[in-house]
Amino acid sequence: MNPAFSVIFFTSSSGAGYGLLVFAGLLTAMGAFPEGSHVIVCAVGLAMILITVGLLSSTAHLGRPERAWRALSQWRSSWLSHEGVLAIVTFLPTGLFFLGQFSLEQPLLRWLGWGPITAIMALLTVYSTGQIYASLKTIRQWCTIHVVPGYILIGLLGGGLVMSFIGSIFALPTDEVYWAIVLLAIVTGILKWDYWRNIDSGTASTTTNTATGLGTQNDRIRLLDAPTTSQNFVMREMGFRIARRHARKLRQISITTLFLIPTLGALCAPLIDSQISMIAITTMSLVSGSVGTVVERWLFFAEAKHVVTLYYGSEAA
Amino acid sequence: MTSLPESPCTKKLGLVIDLDICVGCHACAVNCKEWNASGHSAPMTDWNPYSGTEKRAGEDAGAWGIWFNRVHTFEVGEGADSRTVHFPRSCLHCETPACVTVCPTGASYKREEDGIVLVNSETCIGCKLCSWACPYGAREYDHSDGVMKKCTLCIDRIYNENLDEADRVPACVSTCPAGARHFGDLGDPSSEVSTLVKDRSGYDLMPELDYKPTNKYLPPRPKRDGNGEDGQPPLLATLAHEGQSNNDPTTEGVTGAMLRWVDIMLSR
Repeated sequence: MNPAFSVIFFTSSSGAGYGLLVFAGLLTAMGAFPEGSHVIVCAVGLAMILITVGLLSSTAHLGRPERAWRALSQWRSSWLSHEGVLAIVTFLPTGLFFLGQFSLEQPLLRWLGWGPITAIMALLTVYSTGQIYASLKTIRQWCTIHVVPGYILIGLLGGGLVMSFIGSIFALPTDEVYWAIVLLAIVTGILKWDYWRNIDSGTASTTTNTATGLGTQNDRIRLLDAPTTSQNFVMREMGFRIARRHARKLRQISITTLFLIPTLGALCAPLIDSQISMIAITTMSLVSGSVGTVVERWLFFAEAKHVVTLYYGSEAA
Repeated sequence: MTSLPESPCTKKLGLVIDLDICVGCHACAVNCKEWNASGHSAPMTDWNPYSGTEKRAGEDAGAWGIWFNRVHTFEVGEGADSRTVHFPRSCLHCETPACVTVCPTGASYKREEDGIVLVNSETCIGCKLCSWACPYGAREYDHSDGVMKKCTLCIDRIYNENLDEADRVPACVSTCPAGARHFGDLGDPSSEVSTLVKDRSGYDLMPELDYKPTNKYLPPRPKRDGNGEDGQPPLLATLAHEGQSNNDPTTEGVTGAMLRWVDIMLSR
């Protein structure tokens, strides 16, 4: 599949934003920070920026961005619509949660439930993002049990990295966040490793034989003449194969930057007294994790092979 | 409505494509483009139609544009047993089309009355998710209009009362010079197309994905491999045999001489 940059940026940025909301919501509910803490104000504010920028960028790949609001209409049947509706509805508890940090006297706003509700809505939104891909039977590499947890865990990991960065700037101890990062990085790393093992070893049930209905199972079917001498829309959109050649190297880069470096950073940071070094470490982890997320998303698209390529010369998808 | 019709469509208009007959002339694809370029989903935009003028980096040169129907040519099997099969591919108007259910705007829909899958170009946002959900590559994106377009089963022909009744068939069917394309109601078990599918063991493409395509394909008939003992095709051998007999008029004159010569040449 052709990796659309706007979609990669959207899922990476919004994913981290929603992860950040989960951290902010849960940490507040756990009483890790005093009410009205700068850390929570910054975290929720930044999360809203990350989410909004991501959502806006996702409209960039639309042919008719001015009609984007129509995507909310099929909330009963389409995962893309679920995602859109949940993303917008989530702004409500998030906004109240955010305002509650300033007006401690207002009973509605200072209700402690807004944090956890924000966290749950954020998780549901990322869940539907994952389902958009996981529900496509046409792409073996997406239609797996790894995809939805992958989107949620990487979003949480990104959120944790942003949270640890904010915490280090305010020089507040966020040991829970460091431990969460270590745990998330290990679990997500194992999940991705199993995902790659799975898509490498899996066999396609859809082949040129089932696509054309020609020959018996052992007959080779070769494309003699494609319908067009140039690249048509379907070949450009689904037949992307540039990054597949570098897949192994890119996987190593994403494992190192997304899982290894953040884990090391989160293990080292609590041992350091100097705030400057702490900020340096959390910044490095955040930058590394962001690069890793983008590489992971790029690979997620580039390694995905659509069954329609069987009509254009592939023998298995 | 992006959800599928609540009760399954009883009328299932669709195509039956005979792979035994198709000669791969692309006339169906060309007439499809010709009709639809000014039809329901017009225009069928072409980009870089004269090649080599694309400006944006990464876009290869070469003409490309929207076609609802494309003809692929496959070679099946190995060596002497192999055969060439021409394979026209267009929207199959599935019974459970994922392209419709993934649509976030409701622009993609399946008509309850005849099962035709259409796109409303007034509400499509061009997110392309339907093209990801379709295993058959039936949906193409129009860069100029920013919306998805697809085969309409020539909805503006099949119900068009301005046309003669004989012409109320999809453009691809009306133009096929070999008679390899048939149009009709596959929901009616007694229709001509249903009978054809029954008699010729018509089949679905990618049945394992369970989109239940309406369009069916008829397999190429088995290769006839009835050469005589001496390796000659049976008909020629018979003719040659008859040619040797004096009673047969084919031994007379030029025709007989020709046949004898063909027989000698083929017997070497």
